[in-house]
Amino acid sequence: MNSIVCLKQVPDTEAQIVVKPDASDVKLDGVKFVISPYDEFGIEEALVQKEKAGAGEVTLVCMGPDRCVEAIRTGLAMGADKAEHIDDPACEGSDAMATATVLAEQIKKMDYNLIFCGRQAIDDDQGQVGVALAELLGLPHASLVTKVEVAGDKVKVNRQIVGGEEVIEMPIPCVITAQKGLNEPRYASLPGIMKAKKKPLNPVKLADLGIDAGTVGAAGSKTKAANFSSPAQRTAAKLISGESAEEKAAGLAKALREEAKAI
Amino acid sequence: MGKGIWVFAEQDQGNVRKVTFEMLSEARKIADAKGEQLCAVCLGKDIVGLGDKFAPYGADKVYLVDHDLLGQYTTDAYAKALCDLITKEQPSIVLMGASVLGKDLAPKVAARIGAGLASDCIEIKMEGDSLCAKRPMYSGKAYAEITYQNADVMMASIRPNVLIASEPDASRSAEVENVTPEISAGDIKVSVVEVIKGDAGKVDLTEAEIIVSGGRGMKAAENYKMLEDLAEVIGATVGASRAAVDAGWRPVSDQVGQTGKVVSPNLYIACGISGAIQHYAGMGTSKVIVAINKDEEAPIFTKCDYGIVDDLFKVLPALTDEMKKLMAE
Repeated sequence: MNSIVCLKQVPDTEAQIVVKPDASDVKLDGVKFVISPYDEFGIEEALVQKEKAGAGEVTLVCMGPDRCVEAIRTGLAMGADKAEHIDDPACEGSDAMATATVLAEQIKKMDYNLIFCGRQAIDDDQGQVGVALAELLGLPHASLVTKVEVAGDKVKVNRQIVGGEEVIEMPIPCVITAQKGLNEPRYASLPGIMKAKKKPLNPVKLADLGIDAGTVGAAGSKTKAANFSSPAQRTAAKLISGESAEEKAAGLAKALREEAKAI
Repeated sequence: MGKGIWVFAEQDQGNVRKVTFEMLSEARKIADAKGEQLCAVCLGKDIVGLGDKFAPYGADKVYLVDHDLLGQYTTDAYAKALCDLITKEQPSIVLMGASVLGKDLAPKVAARIGAGLASDCIEIKMEGDSLCAKRPMYSGKAYAEITYQNADVMMASIRPNVLIASEPDASRSAEVENVTPEISAGDIKVSVVEVIKGDAGKVDLTEAEIIVSGGRGMKAAENYKMLEDLAEVIGATVGASRAAVDAGWRPVSDQVGQTGKVVSPNLYIACGISGAIQHYAGMGTSKVIVAINKDEEAPIFTKCDYGIVDDLFKVLPALTDEMKKLMAE
């Protein structure tokens, strides 16, 4: 079972996000970066499927600047076998569709059965790349997947839908976007970290993929993010006072009905 | 650049999702500004009865795309039907709800037709010739405005419960066009084996008007009964923090926050939730936020509307009783 896992390096969920004074972007200096949590579920599942099959390779594919090497090495330390790192300044500013285009060209050159992506990266929160990648590769996909069962040349997955879940079956190869609940990602072990340093990490440029730099990046993307702002800060709570819990509850009910008109 | 502002009208067994009306109401303003037609595009099986649902919210035209293979949602069938119609009619803007279905369908369609797409938007307007869509990033820790370039079709998915549906105007009417899409079983590579329904009648968190959510302070799975009792009285959906889900008290599908669902109800009641930045990221756009927590130092009290500092196991039953009285009035 050969799997590809697309991974993105993103600010840690704990990170405070501050908008630049000129509103052109957010400030990322000094921010701690991690593998996007949903991509970790993807790595774990690829490893589990390889272990179940008893053969195969897990290859990480990452597009992003030099700093992403740290995330890639972490993925290799978890147990992935090798990585392709598309590290080209011309990719900077790519929107989700442009990113999917680059990843698709890379993946077309590779040998695989399953492709895993996180359901979304937790920085731009677009949630487009996995599904768009499937379309660009002409493959079926399942999004928001919480269970994967491979049977021969097909894969059966459970995926979240409104008010429940559905079980769907697709032919392999296909794309799966990972949702929380799929598995518990393993931690990188110390021997894993040592081994990861020697695993192949292949740097890739857009020219290697035959992509014209003008068709991706900030200039080639179809959407552009600007005018960044911070959410309006809520002020401290109006505390409902009372002699007892019952009195406070009554005060809250009254405030919600008469003042907030929320009930 | 094509003509027409389209709203994908999501329906489930003949029930149109509310976000459809929210989008139509807001898109009406854009259609007026651009001087283009506002169209509702509804896909499904036996949906002929839905033709008159959209004009009251501003639609000039309704496409009813009816086919046996659209009865059960599959990305392949829906994408084929919708992309074929977009290619034929060439709208300039296509909006979809950022529902579970919309988030699955929108990137597929955008990739196929080469559209630009902004996901989970909370405001839309025109800026020159471009749609301008405001959306949260970093789980709501920042917002950005998305504009479009090099895109014949501008697509956006819209977060439910954020835009405001106008009062329906029953006197409006719309032209209805019935479309028979060319879909065959061979177009669908994925087969639905089984649908497992969760709680029947439970409104999904992302669409709920009111959410009662419990965290670590709930102490045990069985204590959520108290939240369910309150939820039943006020018509709420029960949610949970990551701590509660990780403890195994609630299913993953109930989790609100950065790695769970992002919700935007009218009223969010957080019980025994400290208000970590990751939780706040998932519910910070709620219109009214209430916190009940015995720890007066809990960060949630610094950024919510109403708070009660007390033992939630005493407050909750009392609040349920008070709400019962209010609801009976």
